[in-house]
Amino acid sequence: MAHSIRLASERVDFSVPSDKAPPQLFTPGMVISQESGFMRGHGTYGEDDSIKASVAGIVDRVNKLVVIKPLKSRYNGEIGDVVVGRITEVQQKRWKVDTNARLDATLFLYSVNLPGGELRRRSVEDEQMMRKYLTEGDLISAEVQNINSDGSLSLHTRSLKNIKYGKLGQGMLIKVFPSLIKRQKTHFHNLPCGASIILGNNGFIWISPVINAEEEHGGFTINLEDAVPKSVREVMVRLRNSINALAASKILLFDTSIQYAYDQSKKYSVVELLNPEVMLDVAVMTQHQLQMLE
Amino acid sequence: MDLISDQGLRVDGRRAGELRRIRCKLGVYDQPDGSAYLEQGHTKVLAAVYGPHQIRGSRTKALQDSVVINCQYSMATFSTGERKKRPRGDRRSTEMTMLLKQAVSAVIKAELYPRSQIDVFLEVLQADGGNYCACVNAATLALIDAGIPLREYVVACTASLANGKVPLVDISHLEETMGGPNLTVAALPLSGQIAVMEMSQRFHIDHLEEVTQLALQGCRDIYKILDKAVKEHLLETGDFFPQLESN
Repeated sequence: MAHSIRLASERVDFSVPSDKAPPQLFTPGMVISQESGFMRGHGTYGEDDSIKASVAGIVDRVNKLVVIKPLKSRYNGEIGDVVVGRITEVQQKRWKVDTNARLDATLFLYSVNLPGGELRRRSVEDEQMMRKYLTEGDLISAEVQNINSDGSLSLHTRSLKNIKYGKLGQGMLIKVFPSLIKRQKTHFHNLPCGASIILGNNGFIWISPVINAEEEHGGFTINLEDAVPKSVREVMVRLRNSINALAASKILLFDTSIQYAYDQSKKYSVVELLNPEVMLDVAVMTQHQLQMLE
Repeated sequence: MDLISDQGLRVDGRRAGELRRIRCKLGVYDQPDGSAYLEQGHTKVLAAVYGPHQIRGSRTKALQDSVVINCQYSMATFSTGERKKRPRGDRRSTEMTMLLKQAVSAVIKAELYPRSQIDVFLEVLQADGGNYCACVNAATLALIDAGIPLREYVVACTASLANGKVPLVDISHLEETMGGPNLTVAALPLSGQIAVMEMSQRFHIDHLEEVTQLALQGCRDIYKILDKAVKEHLLETGDFFPQLESN
């Protein structure tokens, strides 16, 4: 494959043209309001009777609450969020999971469904078997169950009817910043193009072949035996490159935008999608299509 | 050789109170949480910020009520006129690391992130005087890019005294080595507080006040340039913020 190397001065500007007026921006130390009676939210602090910004971004006022939203930051969990994370540590009765938050999340042994049914008691053997279920480096999908007092998250992987939490098998992980993921009813999608996608609220996106087999083991078995056919892998890689194109231009990621980007990318080969000009084109066309929708 | 000519021009053609050209860019890397590149004249610096994240390694380092700030200053082996043997770990780099940590700790709102850690990595690609200043300024930009809450910007600037009477701002390597005493100030330009102040030699008390004032004025000038760069970087995202509002 031919490599493309370019000078920094020839770098492509990924910004998508907008017809809206630029928002008012705040940078750290700037005074937002001199009046009293406002509530200080995230990204602000109070000093000598005025509210000042502590991050760079736009202001969001809800009644009396003033919040500054930065462009990117670490993941701030909320209860009910779907996250994709990586096991970093196995401890007594719990796993530690890296979820791109400021502290590692905990997954307790009692908040997973062990093989053998919903109401099984957790025995000492289960504690000794923990590494068999999940070990360091494994990727999991989970839901945020609780936010602890120190700000760390507690996760659970109790699956519902159509949502399968648990260990992730064959597929690939993309990392984007968390504010790019649009909050929606469901974050698990089987896209018509023939791949399945999990949009973690923490900015971790998991692309995998469509899984349809009914699992009976509480989501701890992964199939690493069957090779994924090349046609499916090509779909997954195209999807990955389309998502990266959207992320580079900072377009919100949800099922529709990803599907549009995938359709727009069809006119290029998968390798061409790594080209910055092509990425920008895909992003601009997707943005256009999304605006038509509104 | 005079550091300032009779016409009031310095060796590189600037006037006494003029800064070198500053060019900067935020978000140069994808992997760290925040990154920045900054050029101040011929001094070129890269900064990368990771975190706040779980403390890696020994858990005893964790602070219950604030964040652990970890800085690393390193100079590329090719950054100076004479090739450096090792990029970090020598006495000067260790001192720089310590001073950088002081400056950065002065602005990060540490109480918001108990039991976490923030890493700030600085790499000098080309050294032409004012390395510390360029590093502090680049670190500020990288911290802002990472979305870490700051009290305000922390900006550093140097000043010196030419021919024993004329104060100079933002001195280059040549002026650093040839001239008189150097003053380095890292300040919070909006509130006017000083985070770090260091002198290479003793100043005469008569000169100290005006040299300090000039360095602080330099900090305020640099602040304006950095603030503009941050706003431009945010606007580059185009449609993103209106999207956020609806999200």
